[in-house]
Amino acid sequence: MAMTARQRAKTSLYVQAGIFVVAIAALLLATDWKTISANVFNFGRIGPMFPGIFTAGLVNTLIYTALGFIVGLSGGLLLALMKLSTFPLYRWIATGYIEFFRGIPALLVFIAFGYGVPLAFGVQWPIFVVVMVSLGMVAAAYIAETLRAGLQAVPKGQLEAARSLGMPQWRAMVTIIIPQAFKIVLPPLTNEIILLTKDSSLIYVLGLTASQYELTKFGRDGISSLGAGLTPLLVAGAFYLVVTIPLSLLARKFESRSARTKR
Amino acid sequence: MNDVETTNPGGTQTVHAAGVSIKDLRKSYGSNEVLKGISLEVRPGEVVCLIGPSGSGKSTLLRCVNLLEQPNEGAIQVGGFEATDPDVDIDKMRRKVGMVFQQFNLFPHLDVLRNCTIAQTKVLKRSQGEADKIAQANLERVGLGHLAKRFPDQLSGGQQQRVAIARALSMNPELMLFDEPTSALDPETVGDVLAVMRKLAREGMTMLVVTHEMAFAREVADRVVFMDGGVVVEEGVAERVIGAPQQPRTQEFLRRVLDPTHIEVAED
Repeated sequence: MAMTARQRAKTSLYVQAGIFVVAIAALLLATDWKTISANVFNFGRIGPMFPGIFTAGLVNTLIYTALGFIVGLSGGLLLALMKLSTFPLYRWIATGYIEFFRGIPALLVFIAFGYGVPLAFGVQWPIFVVVMVSLGMVAAAYIAETLRAGLQAVPKGQLEAARSLGMPQWRAMVTIIIPQAFKIVLPPLTNEIILLTKDSSLIYVLGLTASQYELTKFGRDGISSLGAGLTPLLVAGAFYLVVTIPLSLLARKFESRSARTKR
Repeated sequence: MNDVETTNPGGTQTVHAAGVSIKDLRKSYGSNEVLKGISLEVRPGEVVCLIGPSGSGKSTLLRCVNLLEQPNEGAIQVGGFEATDPDVDIDKMRRKVGMVFQQFNLFPHLDVLRNCTIAQTKVLKRSQGEADKIAQANLERVGLGHLAKRFPDQLSGGQQQRVAIARALSMNPELMLFDEPTSALDPETVGDVLAVMRKLAREGMTMLVVTHEMAFAREVADRVVFMDGGVVVEEGVAERVIGAPQQPRTQEFLRRVLDPTHIEVAED
């Protein structure tokens, strides 16, 4: 039976979809539903997680993320400006910092600041400070690269126009260049917040007290105390999505808006 | 659509015009020498047009005057400022020198009025109210008072360029530099920009203009300077340099510019 090219393409799509459906079905058949429902979908026993997962878990996750973002944004801006500086030493410092903190796992940074600082200096920072510094320092490295791209995307003529009106370099950067750069990097910056939200889960390594629990730690705690298997983690995961999906939608909105104004 | 000639409620500012003096100016990019010893005097209130083929160094010369380019050698005086003195307060000097770019370079995140007030408030420390008044008067002066609340991307190229002129004028400059102000414009909006520049010239502003608009240069310029290959080839009264050029290179350039469709027949 001879088929036209278009028919062949269509048939091939149907075959692909068929394989996909069969694979899913096989997976569902192979699953031990009895065990799963007792250990993952055991929603009957998670009552004690509420309202703590809101009042401590979600709230702390948001606070940790916000603290990290504030430090990350200011540090990132400083690093981006250093990376674009005409002074080579600044460029080297910024490059070294960025490569280092992007190259090591965030978990190690948490351990370094949570356990290393007390060992080295004999001071125990409050947990919020540890989170702010470690999350912020990792975020700064990523945000710096994003902002650098944004600063470089502002046309050179903007700086020339500002300078020719008598603005000193710093003033031109603050009033003319940086606001335009931020507008350009709003979508990738929103994505950085999403990554940061998830990275905030890593502070479980620091040994938190109950009032300091964020979503992941809250879920892990539930595993050992509720006898519902992994169900508490599933709940915690859902709470992450409640935060990250709206952010993702927001980023997409920023993207389409800047695509429109660019024409 | 010539909405340039409007009444000027802000009153025409008295122009304090500054002169420019350039001596033996040299500028290189690596081994490429772009300006090979330029000397040029512009008297207060004078309008001088720089003409010449692309790559002749006219724009570089203009950009050296407000130090957007650092000259390698030579001296530039602008008003009371030694621009080439390493100790000069560049920002203070630039307040006296308005610059208009080929690509307008309006600030896209600010509306038209804010474009004209931002440097007034941040640099000259004028109050917002005073700055608004001065900006509005200068927007009227270029015929665009009704567009104060628009954003740059809502304006035509010619309107953007006139806003750029109003922005520069709002700083009360004593000298205006124009770097090919009409080269990026649609032909039908060129006239409005030139009309504003003509008006400025009549008000006694010192103007240094890089342009390819020969008719404008001939009509408005007191003097025309023809540059080629980084040197001044010929300069003098506009009528004479454009109407009856003496140097072969000037003659050749003007023939090409004034009659671009002319086809040279090779001689044996």
